[in-house]
Amino acid sequence: MKKILIIEDESILQKALRNILEEQSYEVVSALNGEAGLNMAISQIPDLVILDLILPKKEGFEVLEELKKNSKTKKIPVIILTNIEKIEDMEKAFKLGATAYLIKTQYKLEELLKKVNGILNQ
Amino acid sequence: MIFKSSLKQLNVFSKCREDGVSVWQCPEFLFLLMGLTIIGASLTFYLIGTGYYALDSLMVAMSVLAVAFVLFIIFFTIIHNFERLIEVSRMKSEFIDITSHQIRSPLTSLKWIIELLATKKAKLSLEERKKYFDDAKENIQLIVELIDDLLVVTKIEDKNFSLKKKEISLKKMIEDSIAQFKFFSDASKTEIKFYCKDNLPKIFVDSYYLKLAVDNLIGNAIRYTPGKGKIDIYLSKKGKNLLFKIKDDGVGIPKKDQKYIFQKFFRSENLLKEEVQGSGLGLYITKLSIKRLKGKIWFNSKERNGTTFYFTIPIK
Repeated sequence: MKKILIIEDESILQKALRNILEEQSYEVVSALNGEAGLNMAISQIPDLVILDLILPKKEGFEVLEELKKNSKTKKIPVIILTNIEKIEDMEKAFKLGATAYLIKTQYKLEELLKKVNGILNQ
Repeated sequence: MIFKSSLKQLNVFSKCREDGVSVWQCPEFLFLLMGLTIIGASLTFYLIGTGYYALDSLMVAMSVLAVAFVLFIIFFTIIHNFERLIEVSRMKSEFIDITSHQIRSPLTSLKWIIELLATKKAKLSLEERKKYFDDAKENIQLIVELIDDLLVVTKIEDKNFSLKKKEISLKKMIEDSIAQFKFFSDASKTEIKFYCKDNLPKIFVDSYYLKLAVDNLIGNAIRYTPGKGKIDIYLSKKGKNLLFKIKDDGVGIPKKDQKYIFQKFFRSENLLKEEVQGSGLGLYITKLSIKRLKGKIWFNSKERNGTTFYFTIPIK
């Protein structure tokens, strides 16, 4: 069973994502802030990380940077899932090694699931 | 590296591109053009004056310098105004960025909740469905609150504001506000006590701004006091002012966040952890309102030990 880590401070969004991913038989772990999320990624080595950008304790970009610097976690694909729609942020995310940059309001849960399946089956 | 960045700073064209304006609207380019024009014009007049008209060179130099100085002041003022316009435009874009992000968050929650309820209805238990409906309701309330607060911010930030002063009783305003919030304080089992002497003078203020401050502080105290809480409100006379004090035993404000709490859209980390919803505009509105009324606002707080807010308002 593949493991997905969701780092998202909005508990409702986290719950909705968890609901739809668990239904597809993914194992889902989650964190409400950047620091806890990073520690969880290092200790649990998930197959995929879904990462928000505005997070308490540690910003999403910092988490992404540290994930990509750590030899244990650098190969884990990271999907940035945010409502920040700025070209500079998209460029920065890809430069730091993000696999995808998705805008929350533009995606239905079903479409998001397809993206996750696509990345995990690559 | 430092040399490269210094060179980049000197490149006016790249600075203009960074500001997102054409060269004719770019303060750095205009400043350079102004300097070259003044130097060129000064030299030309000096050469014509001394060479063609054979005037006294010291007199010509002094006149040219005086004209150059006046031109410099005029150009500088124009360019400074350009800079201010660009700054205002940048701040507006930043405000729109933050605002749209703030509105998008509850909208996304709403969108995904509705999608879950529509597609997974059969698989969700009655309790789960009820929870999702409650979450949806909460997010709609948050959007309404955010839009209301944004409208208030637009109004109080308007520099051409005028105060509509009238004589009011702050005591009565506080009592009305407590009554207005009674439904919420009862629901969260928070006890509100109000201590005030009877002979306090009336004050001459714009009640719109004062009510914003009073409502925000009482609303916040209830919202950030989870469970069975206690809120004490005091009103007294201190010199030429009335002193308002509101003390709660709520979540408090972490020390590292205290310097930011009056900033627009700032929300303390412990509130995110406690999942207390808010627009992040309430205290900004409160501070600006008190400032409009020539009063002062301050607070002291300790995380998990509650917060006390104070403000003063001049009596006349």
